[in-house]
Amino acid sequence: MRTSVSEPESPDLTDKSGVVDKSDLVTIPNEDLVQLLSPEGVRSDQPDYDSWIEDITSDRLVSLYEDMVIVRRIDVEATALQRQGELALWAPLLGQEAAQIGSARALRKDDFAFSSYRENAVAYCRGVKLVDLLRVWRGTANSGWNPYEIGMATPAVIIGAQTLHATGYAIACKKDGVDSVAIAYFGDGATSQGDPNEAMIFAASFNAPVIFFCQNNQWAISEPVGLQAVRSIADRAPGFGVPSMRVDGNDILAVTAATRIALDRARSGGGPTFIEAVTYRMGPHTTSDDPSRYEDRAEHEEWAMKDPILRVERYLETEGALTPEVRAAIAAKSDAVAAEFRSACVELENPEPLSVFDNIYAEPHTGLDRQKRDYAAYLSYIEGETR
Amino acid sequence: MSELTLSKAIGAGLRRSLEENDHVLLMGEDIGALGGVFRVTDGLKNDFGPERVMDTPLAEAGIVGTAIGMAFRGYRPVVEIQFDGFIYPAFDQIVAQLAKLHARTGGKVRVPLTIRVPYGGGIGAVEHHSESPEAYFAHTAGLRVVTCSNPQDAYSMIRQAIDSDDPVIFFEPKRRYWVKGEVDLDAVPLPLGKARVALEGTDVTLVAYGPLVATALDAAAAAVDDGLSIEVIDLRSLSPIDFDTVEASVRKTGRLVITHEAAQSGGLGAEIAASITDRCFFSLEAAPARVTGFDIPYPPSRLEEHFLPDLDRILDAVDRVMGRENSLTPWGAS
Ligand SMILES: Cc1ncc(C[n+]2csc(CCOP(=O)(O)OP(=O)(O)O)c2C)c(N)n1
Repeated sequence: MRTSVSEPESPDLTDKSGVVDKSDLVTIPNEDLVQLLSPEGVRSDQPDYDSWIEDITSDRLVSLYEDMVIVRRIDVEATALQRQGELALWAPLLGQEAAQIGSARALRKDDFAFSSYRENAVAYCRGVKLVDLLRVWRGTANSGWNPYEIGMATPAVIIGAQTLHATGYAIACKKDGVDSVAIAYFGDGATSQGDPNEAMIFAASFNAPVIFFCQNNQWAISEPVGLQAVRSIADRAPGFGVPSMRVDGNDILAVTAATRIALDRARSGGGPTFIEAVTYRMGPHTTSDDPSRYEDRAEHEEWAMKDPILRVERYLETEGALTPEVRAAIAAKSDAVAAEFRSACVELENPEPLSVFDNIYAEPHTGLDRQKRDYAAYLSYIEGETR
Repeated sequence: MSELTLSKAIGAGLRRSLEENDHVLLMGEDIGALGGVFRVTDGLKNDFGPERVMDTPLAEAGIVGTAIGMAFRGYRPVVEIQFDGFIYPAFDQIVAQLAKLHARTGGKVRVPLTIRVPYGGGIGAVEHHSESPEAYFAHTAGLRVVTCSNPQDAYSMIRQAIDSDDPVIFFEPKRRYWVKGEVDLDAVPLPLGKARVALEGTDVTLVAYGPLVATALDAAAAAVDDGLSIEVIDLRSLSPIDFDTVEASVRKTGRLVITHEAAQSGGLGAEIAASITDRCFFSLEAAPARVTGFDIPYPPSRLEEHFLPDLDRILDAVDRVMGRENSLTPWGAS
């Protein structure tokens, strides 16, 4: 746990150009990265963390494995639906399954998540209906679900905005005397925005029960993380008075342990925690993106070896927990989810035209009422004309 | 002369400005290797290097704020805001700093910044990617606000914006990025603040800008079948507005329709209607009409046709100012 800032491996920023290019960047040392399950599927002992995941037996791990497999399947299906013109866009989370599921499964029902657009696995764990994952990307609604039903706000597209909302929610939980926790999900790119930095200040000042969960997937569209941070992102939080942890984001056990530590601190009055889950965006930024313009293939291949699902599979195999029956059951379930996801998508109808005027205000608004009336008249007039 | 898309024309303008003035530099998110999400800056980092084509950290306030600092030392930064809806984190730097610095310092500090903003709807995008925030900036003293509708203007106007010693908000009609046209790289352009008569006509003046100029021209072509002659004005500059050109047209036609994608209330249509009514009240045969986006957040993309002014809605307003039957006739508006 970092509570103070260690001496940086300081990069040479006495720079010729004023520009940080990836080649100039220091490699952030990895020895402080918490990892409990190696890419090869070998479990290592880490006394500080092990006690937090004692209850995760092979059975329980199979269930987390199943979540990851299903969510990856959803991603594949969504990408196909976009290619077929059924979705306008999709932001895949490929490679980030452990970071999202490990953290989201650690939450309680009364906790509340505030995310960005890539956290479909978090929404899945919160119990979202499949159809509700699709509305925004099919273009039939500006958000998918009722936040109060699943304990998760609808995603923020404006980078970083949700971190302040999570902090405010946490401050309110504390005021209400409940031990619910708010968790904010955001990317490495988001850490450059003002909002997440202000959120850490507010969280520290008010000792808010909030978790800042940063998925450092190494990219913000085409920009490598080194452009946002010349030291590890987790190093930043202690300066704000927010303790931080840096975990292998592709290790679901490490992510679970870290999130539970942070939850426990928050519930017991210890305030905010920052978790940097180090992972990799294995897909494009969105289905509109073309990573071949900027991504280093060798780096991509290196990360493919660290796949979050594969390592659990290897571990469970050595434990003898992935029997053919278990595998078949998981395959059947993910087929069923994919089929339901697809049909929910193609059956999603366009809303009524006049619904564009709905819910703009909580109370009647005379100006808007008039525009709606005029447009209704226009639509029937046009219909009459073409009849 | 060469045939270019609107986006390539802006890229060509940026390239020329980078070549001609070593104090011009570009800043923005993903403008380097990626060439911007719309590829407007494609190839420029390669050719001018990362010192002049700077991928920045992901922070709009940071980009504009540091660009202001660079302008203090004589640079002419051209900032790209990735999409219209992402300009708001920089709002304070633009409105409270950029716009006011020259006045605040009694003219001692010039801030020749250009802020490029792909704007407007019609591309089927998710929330925050289809907005038309021009009125906020046109409302702010100290900023020049312009938008182009065709490749030639795109090329010339981006260069004029960069040359201007004032800050310029340069709105790029993103749904027209792929429109092609002839571009004369050495054409003598209209002054940046001037409007252009895009089509001459005698019955109605139709004022449009940016993405809706093409729609307005389509409407004018369709109106010919109804025996109507529409004069289309491409406003080009939203601050200042070239009221002289609009006034001259309205004195001729006696009728004014204004169209923009932005919401109606407090929008540029209101400003134009009021100013023209003021200038040539006795030439007007009918109250000016506005065809705009509604006063609502931009709707989900499957409903954007119910937000965006189109040919039919424009012609309905034309019928209204002509005193013909129209959608509001039952309420006695004609
Ligand atoms: C305020 C704002 N600026 C720019 C964008 C455009 N944009 C969308 S995603 C993105 C990169 C975000 O990177 P990161 O925070 O690392 O999250 P990731 O996409 O990698 O999950 C950018 C620049 C935006 N959505 N909001």
